Amino acid sequence: MSADKILSLDEVAGRLRSGMTLGIGGWGSRRKPMALVRAVLRAGVADLTVVTCGGPDVGMLAASGRVRTLVAPFATLDSLPLEPRFREARERGALRFEELDEAMFLWGLHAAANRLPFLPVRAGLGSDVMRVGPGLRTVRSPYADGEEFVAVPALRMDVALVHMNRADRHGNAQYLGPDPYFDDLFCRAADTAYVSCERIVGTAELTRDAAPQTLLIPRQDVTGVIEAPGGAHFTSCVPDYGRDEEFQRMYATTDFGDFTARFLAADASGDGEEAYRRAVRAWKEDRT
Amino acid sequence: MTNPVTRAEYCVVACAEAWRGAGEVLASPMGTIPSIGARLARLTFSPDLLLTDGEALLVDADGAVEGWLPYRRHLTLVTGGRRHVMMGASQLDRYGNQNISCVGGHERPARQLLGVRGAPVNTLNNPTSYWIPRHSPRVFVERVDMVCGVGYDRVPAGARFHRLVRVVSDLGVFDFATPDRTMRLASLHPGVTVEQVLAATGFPLAAGADVPYTRTPDSEELRLIREVIDPGGAREREVRG
Repeated sequence: MSADKILSLDEVAGRLRSGMTLGIGGWGSRRKPMALVRAVLRAGVADLTVVTCGGPDVGMLAASGRVRTLVAPFATLDSLPLEPRFREARERGALRFEELDEAMFLWGLHAAANRLPFLPVRAGLGSDVMRVGPGLRTVRSPYADGEEFVAVPALRMDVALVHMNRADRHGNAQYLGPDPYFDDLFCRAADTAYVSCERIVGTAELTRDAAPQTLLIPRQDVTGVIEAPGGAHFTSCVPDYGRDEEFQRMYATTDFGDFTARFLAADASGDGEEAYRRAVRAWKEDRT
Repeated sequence: MTNPVTRAEYCVVACAEAWRGAGEVLASPMGTIPSIGARLARLTFSPDLLLTDGEALLVDADGAVEGWLPYRRHLTLVTGGRRHVMMGASQLDRYGNQNISCVGGHERPARQLLGVRGAPVNTLNNPTSYWIPRHSPRVFVERVDMVCGVGYDRVPAGARFHRLVRVVSDLGVFDFATPDRTMRLASLHPGVTVEQVLAATGFPLAAGADVPYTRTPDSEELRLIREVIDPGGAREREVRG
């Protein structure tokens, strides 16, 4: 029988260290491992290099001063085009932004997952991505065409955090929505990968009603599994739930200090995620 | 009696025209009016276009799912070139360099925007157009602060697939059909004057003596826009008048 990899959110957070390179799955304000991000915020690690297709994960980590460098093609809340907390942090010079084009980002993950130092991509040349990323180099085709490409460096990470719809206790993880994003690549490109999920189920249950190609992440790429119902809130995790647009709007328009005090502070129970859920329920009740 | 054609409807037709003759390629419209334009093109003169639901699915003209296009496949499609994207721009210069990343210096921007997204890969790999709902000197600038989409003066040597097709704004249609590949006023939306466009553009713009007007949608196109594609009138909220 393969290993049981079930961990708690705080156990994962306890394994993180300041200065690490952290990959975060999802895309914009979609299927972000927000429960894990909240655990990172409670853990107090800082000086992070964050690699992600950014959403509110970036906003919260940047606003909390945990990010030294962001490596990303964008940060957005999707239904709200700009991420306001990231924006504020950038405009006060709080972090470095290594901007990569989306294709460069994808091929950087592929390079890391394939243990290659780089992969060539026809993107970036002519743009200011090359100016603001002074470490970027080019490579020339050794064949007759002789075309010059950007040599995208491997985006190797210490830790990847992703959120899935289902997983078993061994780390086999399943997405049931329409888009895998880059989550399997994040896991393979990282030295350790932690997968939170809506529900941990028995292995046989994963494919009882779903096709095998929904099994996005194999257990060999997973270090730990965390059951975190609502773990992507307030981002979307379809088909389990859509984005909590009302809550997102509130997040985008509330002073981040106030937001943190109300929703992200640990409480006496010692279970920060449960405290978050209680605070969200109370916020919703206040509005009805 | 038909209601008069609105400015937004001229913009829809001007965007749709970007995909005329495109064949079996993916239309990637960003923004309300380009999305309506792409569907109009698909329902009329470009029936082979592929459209997405805005997320991971390819849908036909009736909305039926006909394919799967998650982000990683979309990026592969971009590099294969069978796509024509119409992007937005926070800044755009006379050579078609586009910025959606930040205003001011990159170390500490005065205004942080979205980030470069896929603009670099788009512009080097497939035909690219732009949609600007509010034409102003703040958008049409002398020099963009961060080059995301690559303009004609910065095309890398040997880049074979770079092609900026057209820019559509609420005032007119623009192309790069000049000897030095700088922006040219190709047509005015009815009701707009050349002087108005020049005043709203922050760089010298080529404009011939007889600038034509953007073509008027025919009655079937108007019916499709008003009754089938956008009965809620979202287009009129993006461009008024």
